[in-house]
Amino acid sequence: MARTVSTQRKAAVTVLAWVIGLLIFFPILWTVLTSFKTEGEAIANPPSFLFFDWTMENYTEVQERSNYLRHVVNSVAISFGSTLIGLIIAVPAAWAMAFSPTKRTKGILMWMLSTKMLPAVGVLMPIYLIFRDLGLLDTLIALIIVMTMVNLPIMVWMLYTYFKEIPADILEAARMDGAGLRQEIVYVLAPMAVPGIASTCLLNIILAWNEAFWSLNLTAASAAPLTAFIASYSSPEGLFWAKLSAASTMAIAPILVLGWFSQRQLVRGLTFGAVK
Amino acid sequence: MATLHTQSTARLMMSPSVILLLAWMLIPLSMTLYFSFLRYNLLMPGMEEWTGFFNYQYFVTDPAFTAALVNTLVLVASVLVISVGGGLLMALLLDQPFFGRGIVRLLVIAPFFVMPTVSALVWKNMLMHPVYGLFAWVARGVGLEPVDWLSSAPLLSIILIVSWQWLPFAALILLTALQSLDEEQMEAAEMDGASALRRFVHITLPHLSRAITVVILIETIFLLSVFAEILVTTSGGPGYDSTNLSYLIYTQALLQFDVGGASAGGIIAVILANIVAIFLIRLIGKNLET
Repeated sequence: MARTVSTQRKAAVTVLAWVIGLLIFFPILWTVLTSFKTEGEAIANPPSFLFFDWTMENYTEVQERSNYLRHVVNSVAISFGSTLIGLIIAVPAAWAMAFSPTKRTKGILMWMLSTKMLPAVGVLMPIYLIFRDLGLLDTLIALIIVMTMVNLPIMVWMLYTYFKEIPADILEAARMDGAGLRQEIVYVLAPMAVPGIASTCLLNIILAWNEAFWSLNLTAASAAPLTAFIASYSSPEGLFWAKLSAASTMAIAPILVLGWFSQRQLVRGLTFGAVK
Repeated sequence: MATLHTQSTARLMMSPSVILLLAWMLIPLSMTLYFSFLRYNLLMPGMEEWTGFFNYQYFVTDPAFTAALVNTLVLVASVLVISVGGGLLMALLLDQPFFGRGIVRLLVIAPFFVMPTVSALVWKNMLMHPVYGLFAWVARGVGLEPVDWLSSAPLLSIILIVSWQWLPFAALILLTALQSLDEEQMEAAEMDGASALRRFVHITLPHLSRAITVVILIETIFLLSVFAEILVTTSGGPGYDSTNLSYLIYTQALLQFDVGGASAGGIIAVILANIVAIFLIRLIGKNLET
């Protein structure tokens, strides 16, 4: 028996949900709108919502004034670099734990998780000093290393929960049919593991892209990713809201789209498999 | 059947992760611990000396510490209440059938993907600015005096900004959990004449309890170390009104170059976070059994 919902009730829920949804989304919408205004219109009072002279000049000016592209490249390098290195380290570990678990596997997983709970500020000073002494402050290498380590536990965990869902029987079957280890991996396991690996990468890219603590503390002008670059708008000489909005829109748009596509995997990754 | 051979291979496959994480955790943490017992300021190189618990005493008796600790707790508790309460209501709403559900869902979770520096600056300038901000315009529109949010209610402002980022997270997790609720059980209860409230209390809430706990614990871990939002909006001020523990340690470390004091603060933060972490790890460990 399907539950019947009265049309009236459905209409009421529709209105309520849309109003709340739009309210929550509003700051983002407002940022995007402001990015197409002139600086004068951005602070106009009363504010103009849609009827203003749409302009693209903020987008070009942000690039001209601050070499925006450089920070985009930094963000891409850090998030993709740390994801790739993390993957190389995490896949074998997760694989081993999922397919040949021992008595200690669970303990190791729990311990890895506990490292994620170490507050960054507790190790700020040593990390800062180590990188300073190695001459790595404000370099991409430093941030890639930090981001890889910060997200490694999540990667191992998430891959582990995906790998565990691959039925071990299928390996037996392949072996019976005379498949060697290489064939086993290439033809049987890889196709089944790819979706899990892809979602793990996606989550890791999102997390690394939006990370702010280490980005702000370990970088200055040259290696600053977008999170740190945007922070430089916090003490503007004058009000540059339209440019701030343009810089922000470009910084959040790609991740917002990625995030929208990966909601489910995100739930799983962020709760360490506790909620699927 | 794990043979001896596969076991050693497995160990080999795990070792890079384990060794790197062990190094990542142990080396800096023991350095922090060591520094916390030193008089060590970057502005006075070569003057390091052992001071025992002086740094801890100094850090804990500093009035800023008390303020920061209280602010940290208020921030964490308030954001938890707003985000979990609001997230639960949001999840219940989004679980209803209505037109454009998919789109509203996307709108609601969007703030979670916005990087912290962007959300903080957008709120600070375009919404909360006392003259040009949208809130000020709305306030004037209804005949109220605009509020200078960040200077007259700095902690509340930060609570609002951070809640805006975390409510979507709670809503998303709780909605996912809600959707795994057994429809038939609900229908059976409905046919037995259980009211909507009773169904919520006796079926929905117990079903969600684990997800709610997970949300609370994970949010707590992140909320204990809120940093960027404070840095780009109030810089912890006015005075120490919006300084939390993370921010206080940061100022001690990278603005005053007091490595010893900052390290003592860091150790205190680690202890605080560990108290939460123990609960979380137990909870997730329990789930792993099944």
